[in-house]
Amino acid sequence: MPVLLELRGICKSFPGVKANDNVDLQVASGEIHALLGENGAGKTTLMNCIYGLYTPDAGQIFWEGREVKINSIRDAINLGIGMVHQHFMLVHNFTVLENIMLGLPSRKEPFLDKGKVAREVRKLMEAYSLYVDLDAQIWQLPVGLQQRVEILKALYRKARLLILDEPTAVLTPGEVKELFHILRQLVAQGYAVIFITHKLDEVMAIADRITVLRDGRVVKTLEAKAADKKMLARLMVGRDIAYEKPKTSATPGEEVLRVENLQALDNKGLPALRGVSFTIRRGEILGIAGVAGNGQTELAEVLTGLRKATGGKVFFKGQEITNWNPRALYELNIAHIPEDRQRVGLIMDFSVKENTLLGVYYRWPFAKGIQMNHSVIHEHAVKLIQEYGIRTPGPEAKVRFLSGGNQQKLILARELSRKPELLIAVQPTRGLDIGATEFVHQQILLQREQGTAILYISTELDEIMKLSDRIAVFYKGEIMGILEPHKTDIETLGLLMAGAQRLETN
Amino acid sequence: MPDKLLGWLKSFQREGLSSILTPVFGIIFGLTVAAVVIIQQGVSPLEAYRELFLGAFGDLGSFTFTLLRFIPLAFTGLAVTLAYRGGVFNIGAEGQLYVAALASTWVGIYPLQGPAFIHVFLALLVGMIAGAFWAFIPGYLKATRGINEILTTILMNYVAINLVGLAVNTFLMEPGQSAPQSPTILESARLPIILPGTFLHAGFLLVFVLAWLVYWVLWHTTWGYEIRSVGANREAACYGGINVKRVMILTMTASGALASLAGSSEILGVQYRLLENFMVGYGYDAIAIALLGGLHPLGTLVAALFFGALRNGANSMQIAVGVPVSIVYVIQALAVLSIIATVAIRNIYFRLAFKKEGR
Amino acid sequence: MENILAIVGNIDFLVASLRMTTPLLLAAMGDIFSERTGVLNIALESMMLIGAFGSFIFAYYFGNPYVGILAAIALGVLMGLNHAFFTVTLRCDQVVTAVGENIFALGVTSTLYRILLGATPIQPEAPGLPVLRIPWLSQIPGVGSLFFNQNVLVYLALIMVPITYIILFHTTWGLKIRAVGEHPRAADTMGINVYLTRYICVVISGIMASLGGAALTVGGLRYFMDNMTAGRGFIAFSAVIFGRYNPWGTFVATALFGVTDAFQLRMQAMGFNVPYHIFLMLPYVVTLLVLVSVVGSTVAPRSQGMPYIREER
Repeated sequence: MPVLLELRGICKSFPGVKANDNVDLQVASGEIHALLGENGAGKTTLMNCIYGLYTPDAGQIFWEGREVKINSIRDAINLGIGMVHQHFMLVHNFTVLENIMLGLPSRKEPFLDKGKVAREVRKLMEAYSLYVDLDAQIWQLPVGLQQRVEILKALYRKARLLILDEPTAVLTPGEVKELFHILRQLVAQGYAVIFITHKLDEVMAIADRITVLRDGRVVKTLEAKAADKKMLARLMVGRDIAYEKPKTSATPGEEVLRVENLQALDNKGLPALRGVSFTIRRGEILGIAGVAGNGQTELAEVLTGLRKATGGKVFFKGQEITNWNPRALYELNIAHIPEDRQRVGLIMDFSVKENTLLGVYYRWPFAKGIQMNHSVIHEHAVKLIQEYGIRTPGPEAKVRFLSGGNQQKLILARELSRKPELLIAVQPTRGLDIGATEFVHQQILLQREQGTAILYISTELDEIMKLSDRIAVFYKGEIMGILEPHKTDIETLGLLMAGAQRLETN
Repeated sequence: MPDKLLGWLKSFQREGLSSILTPVFGIIFGLTVAAVVIIQQGVSPLEAYRELFLGAFGDLGSFTFTLLRFIPLAFTGLAVTLAYRGGVFNIGAEGQLYVAALASTWVGIYPLQGPAFIHVFLALLVGMIAGAFWAFIPGYLKATRGINEILTTILMNYVAINLVGLAVNTFLMEPGQSAPQSPTILESARLPIILPGTFLHAGFLLVFVLAWLVYWVLWHTTWGYEIRSVGANREAACYGGINVKRVMILTMTASGALASLAGSSEILGVQYRLLENFMVGYGYDAIAIALLGGLHPLGTLVAALFFGALRNGANSMQIAVGVPVSIVYVIQALAVLSIIATVAIRNIYFRLAFKKEGR
Repeated sequence: MENILAIVGNIDFLVASLRMTTPLLLAAMGDIFSERTGVLNIALESMMLIGAFGSFIFAYYFGNPYVGILAAIALGVLMGLNHAFFTVTLRCDQVVTAVGENIFALGVTSTLYRILLGATPIQPEAPGLPVLRIPWLSQIPGVGSLFFNQNVLVYLALIMVPITYIILFHTTWGLKIRAVGEHPRAADTMGINVYLTRYICVVISGIMASLGGAALTVGGLRYFMDNMTAGRGFIAFSAVIFGRYNPWGTFVATALFGVTDAFQLRMQAMGFNVPYHIFLMLPYVVTLLVLVSVVGSTVAPRSQGMPYIREER
């Protein structure tokens, strides 16, 4: 099949970082080409160069053999490049149809021609079995369907190359299968697909060819047939990573957290938690698995006082704490590593020092009465920086200028240093590279050994399997089942995550 | 960007130094651009500014008059600074000082038994309560119902100004007079003069006490940490156990109390009676002062002094060279806009420079 | 009480209300464009004031009110560009910038007024906009003289309501505008130029606010005073919020304030034995009450007040 897109020697730098270093890439029509690399390897930057969001510093781009300059998104769209971003680019209160039409000229300029567009989109839907209700508003649709809208958007603009950036992060295993089916149909008709991911299983399942990126450079391009997971992992990271980390078997103590029939609403007033019950004991990690958006966020918020429960009860060491505010929960030594570290966990414009005070600022020895003790605060910050290896110019540096990994380390330092009895961690390794991820895992396991009860919410099944003593699977605000990792496998979890099965909860 | 320029920009990052540099820079910019307008008038800007300076600082009398303008501007400036740090825009300093003046007048015209300072103290206190209440309402509405406090405070300003107008035409009107003014404040309720031979009253000392208090609260107390956290990131503050609603309301209320002193001190220290529209624009100037001062109490004082000098000296400038008084607004606005632009440019630059570290 | 009804039911009163609504309506309609793209424009007050002043001066010197209108439009473009430059390009805090602009407008208009006209003994008056009677329609009893017997600015204000609605909800431009306001990044990835869209909409709001100010001078009182707008820009802004960023709702809101304003003037003129300050307070108190009781949970465009930065993820 002919080469559709070719990149030669693409370089793109930002102050301090060379994101893409002399990258060569070839994508042919009819192939699914996987771009593999860990977080920060430069995959998204490269795609942004192709899509016109960035202009490369050096290098050439060839489309159908001719050199082209892609200076804007319009250029990319006109060539026939479509992109489905990791975080969807859909306007939440527009309808599906309006999102598809957005930005396109109309036959009846300047008026919108909804009828014609609807007809044409319906034809596309038929051709690729991508059915969606055109009049639904985006916020009403589940994530899997929203992704379909994104694909339809690209197809409607006559894209011939489809770039998907980490598309499976928000899908259940079942939905992933459906997506792969759609992609295969598309390439069979001559489309080309670039599939960006850091998940080895997916790459092996779907790719025809694989290009591995590491630190901005192409490590290798190879046929999928010639690859195996171990080889790819080594190429991605540059060293052998130990898959199995020796974990001491759990000796859970008495009950620390008990949740009974918990109910809560989400931000739109729809039920997010529909009667969730579980317990966690000392020294035990309960992992919450599930596709994002099934109530896990709301669960964490209710347990940490950031959202009101509309029903059910929460008990901490036998005492009822339902709907207590964050301060009161803090006093009970319950720690929370939030999902959104920049928006919730840290105050970006404050210094590292002042961020270590969050939650604890009013307590002795940091403050006596209302007077704050700056020397004690300073010492404490320095100590945390050292202990947790936070890379920063100093305690006065503004947190905004720290890297994501170091910001997360700061949050960990702050929360874990007070030796919590219950830790609620939500997606703590999101967006972190392998080094930082391993650090977080180490710290979590350390807490577990010290007797902390831990609720670990994550969408990465590998992580959940690795860390948890027990796994609870969330689907649409309910627990589908609680299992032990060594007694189950990815397929079973996948079925539970998709709501296709339900187990007796123990 | 050349290193020297980078170093200069970086100096704005250090709080203490930048709190003085910022207003100075803005002032210079404002004066420079306004000079263009003055030239158009056929007047030499140097001469105009000389008259301005002499009018503001030329002799003891002028200087103390400048300080008298500085006092209310400092109070309102501090009020806005405190509010802004807490994440609320107090555009209502104007209204707050008006109701405070009203309340203080009401207390000040009736005789009160007791030691000398009780009457003054009570008048100030009642003024503070009135101003705090006037700010409490928008604060409460914002915290509990999310109603934009810019709108509510501005609307309440107009209500307050008209309330004063109403008062001096009705129940607060001087008996036997037809002019809309209140009776004079009794001797016992007046702020004492601290510099004999001038009109400088004790409010001047109060300014520094409160400026220091604002500084100390914001950076050395748990209250201040809460206020600044809510102002910087409401969600993180909530996550950190801070009662965001309560802090917002208290911040606005405290801000109102600060602003109130501008009105009360003017009545009890300078004008000794309440008139319609007795103080125009001090509340709105406060916003410019706070911004110019880099939202730091020290900078606010510097900016307030500058604005006071402008107000006082502008009259002399108009008499001497014919440049209209209202040009001071132009200077002020230019100063503020230059600060805004500088801060924005600085932020953009730093963001670009440091962003991609280990993305 | 019958007095009040007598006042309100009178056609002259409604005509006066419409006159008082027009400045608000013009400014508010323009503001809808700005707000819908996510640019908070509290600087309406400054734009109205400069428009009022500019139209007055030019009408006065050229002896023609329409020259004043043209001047207002030109000034509106300049002010819109200025505000957009600070908020969209420089990404300054939108509220702070607006405050600076408001102070500036007050200073510049007062200063220039004095420089140009300060010395005249009598109040300078500019020629006012003539009434443009629409044939036939203006002869309909009641409604005719209300809606079809006004000056060009009133007609413009009224026609902008349906036009704004159609543009926003039935054209490709409107879709783009709303997308930029709700999710600028999504709009960007669809090839829409977020900066340009915001610039255009802010300029539109500048022009409309400026014309709103002109409605006060050449379209109304025909003279200029310091701080003539007296908070009308803020009232227009709150009308937009009250009207949920929708042209029809905003029209109702501005009409409400216009009526209150006209009512207040009437009461003063009729010499009721109550100090006129109470009536002066009325529009503001009404606005407050309306804000408090109705607004509650308005959904502003999601990106409101936030500058758009391309690189950040």
